[in-house]
Amino acid sequence: MEMIKIKNLIHEYIRRDEEENVVDIKRAVDDISIDVKPGEFVAILGHNGSGKSTLAKHINALLYPGEGTVWVNGMDTSAEENLWKVRESAGMVFQNPDNQIIGSVVEEDVGFGPENMGVPTEEIWQRVEESLKAVGMWQYRKKSPNRLSGGQKQRVAIAGVVAMHPKCIILDEATAMLDPSGRKEVLRAVRALNMVEEVTIIHITHYMEEVIYADKVFVMDQGKVVMEGTPKEIFSQVEKLQKLRLDVPQVTLLAHELKKAGVPIEDGILTIDELMEQLDKRK
Amino acid sequence: MAIIVNKLNYNYNDGGKTTQVLKDISVVIPDGQFLGIIGHTGSGKSTFVQHLNGLLKAGSGTVYYNGEDISDKDYDLKKLRSKVGLVFQYPEHQLFEVDVFKDVCFGPRNLGLEEKKVQLRAFAALKQVGVPEELFYASPFELSGGQKRRVAIAGVLAMEPEVLILDEPTAGLDPKGRDELLEQLAKLQKEREITIILVSHSMEDMANYAERILVMDQGSIVLDGTPKEVFAHDKELEEMGLASPQVTYIMKELKKRGFSVEEKVTTIEEAKKEILNSFKRKVAGC
Amino acid sequence: MLRDITLGQYYQADSCLHRLDPRVKLIGTLAYVISLFLFKNITVYVIAAVFLWSVIKLSKVPFSFMVKGLKPVIMILLLTVVCNMLFTPGTSVISFWKITITYEGLKMAFFMTIRFIMLIVGSTIMTLTTTPNQLTDGLESLLAPLNKIKVPVHEVAMMMAIALRFIPILMEETDKIMKAQIARGADFESGNIIKRVKAMLPLLIPLFVSAFRRANDLAMAMEARCYRGGAGRTKMKPLIYKISDKKALVCVGIYMAVLIAGGILGNRLPI
Repeated sequence: MEMIKIKNLIHEYIRRDEEENVVDIKRAVDDISIDVKPGEFVAILGHNGSGKSTLAKHINALLYPGEGTVWVNGMDTSAEENLWKVRESAGMVFQNPDNQIIGSVVEEDVGFGPENMGVPTEEIWQRVEESLKAVGMWQYRKKSPNRLSGGQKQRVAIAGVVAMHPKCIILDEATAMLDPSGRKEVLRAVRALNMVEEVTIIHITHYMEEVIYADKVFVMDQGKVVMEGTPKEIFSQVEKLQKLRLDVPQVTLLAHELKKAGVPIEDGILTIDELMEQLDKRK
Repeated sequence: MAIIVNKLNYNYNDGGKTTQVLKDISVVIPDGQFLGIIGHTGSGKSTFVQHLNGLLKAGSGTVYYNGEDISDKDYDLKKLRSKVGLVFQYPEHQLFEVDVFKDVCFGPRNLGLEEKKVQLRAFAALKQVGVPEELFYASPFELSGGQKRRVAIAGVLAMEPEVLILDEPTAGLDPKGRDELLEQLAKLQKEREITIILVSHSMEDMANYAERILVMDQGSIVLDGTPKEVFAHDKELEEMGLASPQVTYIMKELKKRGFSVEEKVTTIEEAKKEILNSFKRKVAGC
Repeated sequence: MLRDITLGQYYQADSCLHRLDPRVKLIGTLAYVISLFLFKNITVYVIAAVFLWSVIKLSKVPFSFMVKGLKPVIMILLLTVVCNMLFTPGTSVISFWKITITYEGLKMAFFMTIRFIMLIVGSTIMTLTTTPNQLTDGLESLLAPLNKIKVPVHEVAMMMAIALRFIPILMEETDKIMKAQIARGADFESGNIIKRVKAMLPLLIPLFVSAFRRANDLAMAMEARCYRGGAGRTKMKPLIYKISDKKALVCVGIYMAVLIAGGILGNRLPI
């Protein structure tokens, strides 16, 4: 069974004036179908306004489909009786670290989710300890979130989700407001969760260098999935990515430019080592 | 002329503990330069730029603007702030007026200009950052993130500063928004001959746009030079939690593997040229 | 200056006061505040001061940290002192022009100052040693009987906790917006009252917009983490009275007894 299955999903934002007349309809998600298997690391790329955040909110049942269906762990998100189960299965980390931390002490914030789920006190403490250790924030458990760096705050937010024991975590541009080292911290924590705990990860971002480790990449534009494949397959199409005005890692771009100039190099170079391998032949 | 900073120190007091945020900073920023400042979060770069327009007062040391000490009692700080414009991080959070145009008028109006001049300046500034005319009378809160940011930058630009400082202007923008904004800044620097001081985390942006880079670490300037000079110190940069652009690492690796290439390369364009030339030399040599 | 306010802040340390049940601390603070208003004589203040001093020592919060918190309230304090000195009728001590300072006025001002300082320091200790979450948990538990008359105690407590969490964030934001507007030539300091109020708009509007945006984000984040009100919720840190809590309550009781005794005796003294 798929962890997440989205079939022909359409979502429209409708603006109305004071008399409830429709002024403007914006189709944010336009007929999207996606399958995600358990344990996969999936990246969704796209511009601001490409519909990727809207898609994410559907997976957490924060939005309901206009048309089409979303299943999380086999549960239809539009059925009201599934609401809380869906949110327990698919946790969500948001963009602004300050606006999602509720507790005034790190450990209390991590305990917030389990408290809401009615987990017994003793088990909450166990879960808090496990999750803070999983993201490497255990030594900060007594600190105020206001004293942490952006990357650390996001790791606390991730721990808060992990403590709910979700099968899947959605990072909705969770790295967009961080500096490069904060982004690395968060990505390291997420990859560890994916590999060790086999949590399914859906990482929504516009930083290209963060998707090279993904199992699968979806590129969105104007509410549609326009590219789909492994990172290598995606980065083989440099020109298409450039047309979408998305970034390409420098090494990929250089390899592409050299190829255009007549140097025989494979498509979809993602790391310096791969490029070296290709160029060594020419020495 | 220009900005001269001499032995600037600044301490921050937090709950009884005093931390030295800036240590003995001395630097000359000539007119018309595109200067980049990089550093890890907490390296003091934001604190430093706030001294340049008098928002923070130096603990010791002096900042001279066009030869005048800005900490002098009778120095007109308001005038300084119109000459040295500062765009904060996430500047869209300072928008407050009912429409875009009015918001941009706020700065020039505070300078006490006559109404006609205020409007002309606001109009020119909005054009310069590429805000289309049909948005001039929209509410600033209804624009997209990238558009909001341009409006906010126009709000500072309308004061017609000689120096424009931007603290992480591309944070949170997508690649498209980022490229457009940086292009516009480069154009401004050339056409209006203003000094641009760009605080950023992105090494690639610095390599592509800055003429000179200051690297800050723990409150001091540790490296100062052209992108080529600065990014040659990749080991030191890594120790500070920073890095050179990926392309610099590629060239170093190539050199290590025996290719005859110049390693002080910071942009893709240069790297491509270097590699192709080395291949050509090889063919000619055979 | 806003940053200096220690009232409502938490000071991280490991002391027996930090470990006390928040309900005990709330009750203790309430008792202490009442005790300050029961009598008006030196003996009582000496007893209260000794009690306060030992509590400060127990809390392991540096005294200098608390004094810093007093700075912002000094203006209010001065105002009350001056009013008391000038407008209390009685035997005149010094008199010039139209102003007379009376013996009673001086005495009143003296007591007011002491009472005010002790009040602030006392309640600051409670917030310094209790995390906002514990504080609201304590309030929620103490006010639980109000649930019967349909007061949404949990919701009110949650609102308080969130407010406390966002105070430092919004303060930082105020500072930033203020600086950004000053960089655009705004002037917050000169002009008459109307001009100044008008000058605040470029600060207040972005601040409110930001607060609403944050509220919206936070509501979404809470919902995503399965928050659905107080029903069915368990507690990570349930409130249970321990032996130390009972001892603390006894201490508060003894303090009140000593104070009342001292107060009655003190009233017989001539001061």
